[in-house]
Amino acid sequence: MKKIAALTAFATIFAFGSASAQQVAVKVGVLTDMSSLYADVTGPGSFLAARMAAADFMKDHPDVKVEVLSGDHQNKADVGSQIANQWYDVGGVDMIIDVPNSGVALAIAEVTRQKNKVFIGSGPASSDLTGPKCSPNTVHWTYDTWMLANGTGKAIVKTGGDTWFFLTSDYAFGHALERDTSAVVEANGGKVLGKVRHPLNTNDFSSFLLQAQSSKAKVIGLANAGGDTINSIKQAAEFGIVKGGQNLAGLLVFASDINALGLPTAQGLIFTETWYWDLNDASRAWTKRWHAERNATGKVPTMNMAGVYAGTLHYLKAVAALKSDADGRAVVAQMKKMPTDDPLFGKGEIRADGRKLHPAYLFEVKKPEESKYPGDFYKVRATIPANEAFRPLKDGGCPLVSG
Amino acid sequence: MFEIFGIPSQALFGQLLIGLINGSFYALLSLGLAVIFGMLNIINFSHGAQYMMGAFAAYLLLAHTGLNYWFALVLAPLVVGAFGIAVERLLLRWIYRLDHLYGLLLTFGLALIIEGVTRNYYGSAGLPYAMPEALRGGQNLGFMFLPNYRAWVIVASLTVCLATWFVIERTRLGAYLRAATENPTLVNAFGINVPMMITLTYGFGVALAAFAGVMAAPIYNVSPQMGSELIIVVFAVVVIGGMGSILGAILTGFGLGVIEGLTKVFFPEASNTVIFVIMAIVLLVRPAGLFGRRV
Amino acid sequence: MHKLAEPTMRRETRLADRSEAIAFVVMLVFVAAAPFFAYPLFLMQVLCFALFACAFNLLIGYVGLLSFGHALYFGWASYVSAHAAKVWGLTPELAILAGTVAAAVLGLLAGSLAIRRQGIYFAMITLALAQMMFFFALQVKFTGGEDGIQAVPRGRLFGLIDLADTMTMYVVVVAIFLAGFLFIHRVIHSPFGEVLKAIRENEARAISLGYKTDRYKLVAFVLSATLVGVAGATKAIVLQLASLTDVNWPMSGEVVLMTLVGGLGTIFGPVVGAFVILTMQYKLAPVGEWVLVIQGVIFVACVLLFRRGIVGEIAARLRIRL
Repeated sequence: MKKIAALTAFATIFAFGSASAQQVAVKVGVLTDMSSLYADVTGPGSFLAARMAAADFMKDHPDVKVEVLSGDHQNKADVGSQIANQWYDVGGVDMIIDVPNSGVALAIAEVTRQKNKVFIGSGPASSDLTGPKCSPNTVHWTYDTWMLANGTGKAIVKTGGDTWFFLTSDYAFGHALERDTSAVVEANGGKVLGKVRHPLNTNDFSSFLLQAQSSKAKVIGLANAGGDTINSIKQAAEFGIVKGGQNLAGLLVFASDINALGLPTAQGLIFTETWYWDLNDASRAWTKRWHAERNATGKVPTMNMAGVYAGTLHYLKAVAALKSDADGRAVVAQMKKMPTDDPLFGKGEIRADGRKLHPAYLFEVKKPEESKYPGDFYKVRATIPANEAFRPLKDGGCPLVSG
Repeated sequence: MFEIFGIPSQALFGQLLIGLINGSFYALLSLGLAVIFGMLNIINFSHGAQYMMGAFAAYLLLAHTGLNYWFALVLAPLVVGAFGIAVERLLLRWIYRLDHLYGLLLTFGLALIIEGVTRNYYGSAGLPYAMPEALRGGQNLGFMFLPNYRAWVIVASLTVCLATWFVIERTRLGAYLRAATENPTLVNAFGINVPMMITLTYGFGVALAAFAGVMAAPIYNVSPQMGSELIIVVFAVVVIGGMGSILGAILTGFGLGVIEGLTKVFFPEASNTVIFVIMAIVLLVRPAGLFGRRV
Repeated sequence: MHKLAEPTMRRETRLADRSEAIAFVVMLVFVAAAPFFAYPLFLMQVLCFALFACAFNLLIGYVGLLSFGHALYFGWASYVSAHAAKVWGLTPELAILAGTVAAAVLGLLAGSLAIRRQGIYFAMITLALAQMMFFFALQVKFTGGEDGIQAVPRGRLFGLIDLADTMTMYVVVVAIFLAGFLFIHRVIHSPFGEVLKAIRENEARAISLGYKTDRYKLVAFVLSATLVGVAGATKAIVLQLASLTDVNWPMSGEVVLMTLVGGLGTIFGPVVGAFVILTMQYKLAPVGEWVLVIQGVIFVACVLLFRRGIVGEIAARLRIRL
């Protein structure tokens, strides 16, 4: 009895996919966080973005059949690599995209290299993906920690914010952001007046904010993420920090976080992103379609979703050029060879280490009275050109380039 | 200005006050747990989820009906309390005769359901909730800037905590409650509807959690996961205090808030583990908890 | 009062003995045949979690202690084992041993605190201690924070046998699982195990019979933590990574769920439970939004309607012991 039940369970898991390769049939797997922390910055919105890319591409290339799957890695590296293995081995998936959560992304990059498929990271932050852990099968699209630190640090110092105090989440990610940003601030003539490290998932930031306030620094850098960032911004508003003349700089902030805070609380916050829905006509048109299909009130598309769209599109173009998706390494080489061009990020390129290059923007959150329509969140304070936005090739320590 | 252990005294007083605010939340939540445990013998794992429901109820009331913070402060606990009553009637009452651990497992499952459903409908990033107009701004106390809202949190939660203590320890209704905890059959024989009392007690405990949730909405991130981390800390608070005494739960809550606040000054990296460390020490020295009877 | 995990059969009849033996053979056949039908990597993971759940069950099913913090031993064992294999370059068996020892030490420390209180307090204390060690894991350097420890080499068993080959690895995992499983079976049926069951049924009486129940409970706790450590350490080698997931509180909840679904206090229950829950997680990966809700519903349903779990239910229907 037990055995029968178990066998049926088996049959059901592995009746997963029987792909048939006719002309050119491509399967794209969106591996993302559908249910927890990153579900709003990626999740269902990313899946939709990939489907939109597939639809757009098939309009121009009726001979290529694109299918898009989604999977939820639940922020577990083992679940993620398990899904990736199954997708590659029996599901007929050729490319995995998105993968928020650096820990899972690093695991997926490894699986993808072993199976010689393609991995396009849009969700993960770790700049190691194109640094020491770079791979000929990986493209890192939207953003990374180096770019966040550099973009925010440099642009703010240049616009006058030359004294800093850091609120740092006390683990590797926060430390890295703080270290990189401090280096940039100091290199550009700014000064770091102090820092305080708070544990992950802290509810009450008032003690830390008081320290930041009494440091008299012009800029308070938030080297944290998610709920911690939201809590610190909310309570900074309560203590009147922005009104008192200090500026908050978020080192990892997404449009969905601003949505969660509301403008009255978030106003004046400065941070870097590589895409914003209201940036230009093409982005606005895309967002309109996204909204129509997403059909969820109160959601905004994030740069990660834009990255999924653009990444999928460019991958499909490379496959069409090669007329084959069999050899992942060859497809990535082709992706690097072809310049990128899409409605969301414009023209750009993918560097030898797998880094996608595009401009980044320093945004400031508008005051409520400046916001004219729903989702009108940001004004652009500075544009960082593509060749300055990301870490120089030689500094990354990627074995593909140095070796 | 003088210094204590190298920390300016004004920072120290500031932190003490801020610690009390943290403590307000611990006190409200551990009080709710203690009330429920006293009557139902169940440790309510969904307490954190119900605290989150309170905050969400406040958001929904504002977004859909335009009812502001002050209405929410009354309505959200009522709505969530009613939900609690439904939970007790439909689920919990089937397991009173079983080992207490089943209560823990059942409410844990319930917490997962509540959190999962909320996340599916409202996402994980959280929802905005603006500070009520009347409580914006703050006072300069000389040694620190105290936002008005913080002062209000301390006052409100102290009031609610003490009122609860008063009702349970000093009124006739409270006497019935305590008697029913000791010997339900006997109290039932006196013509008092004990099952009804149990139901209402659970509803009340849940309402306390929701009340804390509304208080948290303007200052903490209103997100589906806001309760799940907090509840583990509150469990530690409850272990330290022991659940035998209402006043004990309140005092421990405020006290640990202060200690946590001070840790943020002297050793910020440890501020989220300090309560667990204190728990370990208390278990070594006084296994029954500070105010607890040996169970 | 209704106790957790009623013993399904009190008298040890020959039929009962045989039913266990038959079930064991069925399990062996299943384990031997499975890699030809299913993904070996998935199966190895199931086996690691099955051992995890069995070790957890030793505590809840046979001593009546609900630990809500078993992720601590699982996660830390996998960190230590991954670190030992990757940074110290130890052979896999030594790496697993290192992880196991770490779990045993942690089990001794946490256990001696936790057994000072009973029932739900015990559950809350274990949960709190595990949460403390989660924060610690997050902050110390060697765990790699959010990235975890990646690309752990599987290495050569005893310096000889290359484990990079999936089938070889599978055989090793099966051997480890069976050793752990049989060890637990042996413990349960030993005089020591009888005392544990006596404590579960009525601790006061066990004390009055002259047993130092605290010591028995502590030994059971450390044994459980140690075996959980074996499972966690092995998992790190198999999957070649150790991450925060394994040390965080939802993992503690998951192992409770596996054991509850399979059947508390049954020998085979946790194995079946681990298989069912993991299968469900992968099955549900495409509709991930609802995983949490479904797990919650299963918890509630099990507690209200289905307290014996799958195996316990089968055993009760067939009047056998499993």
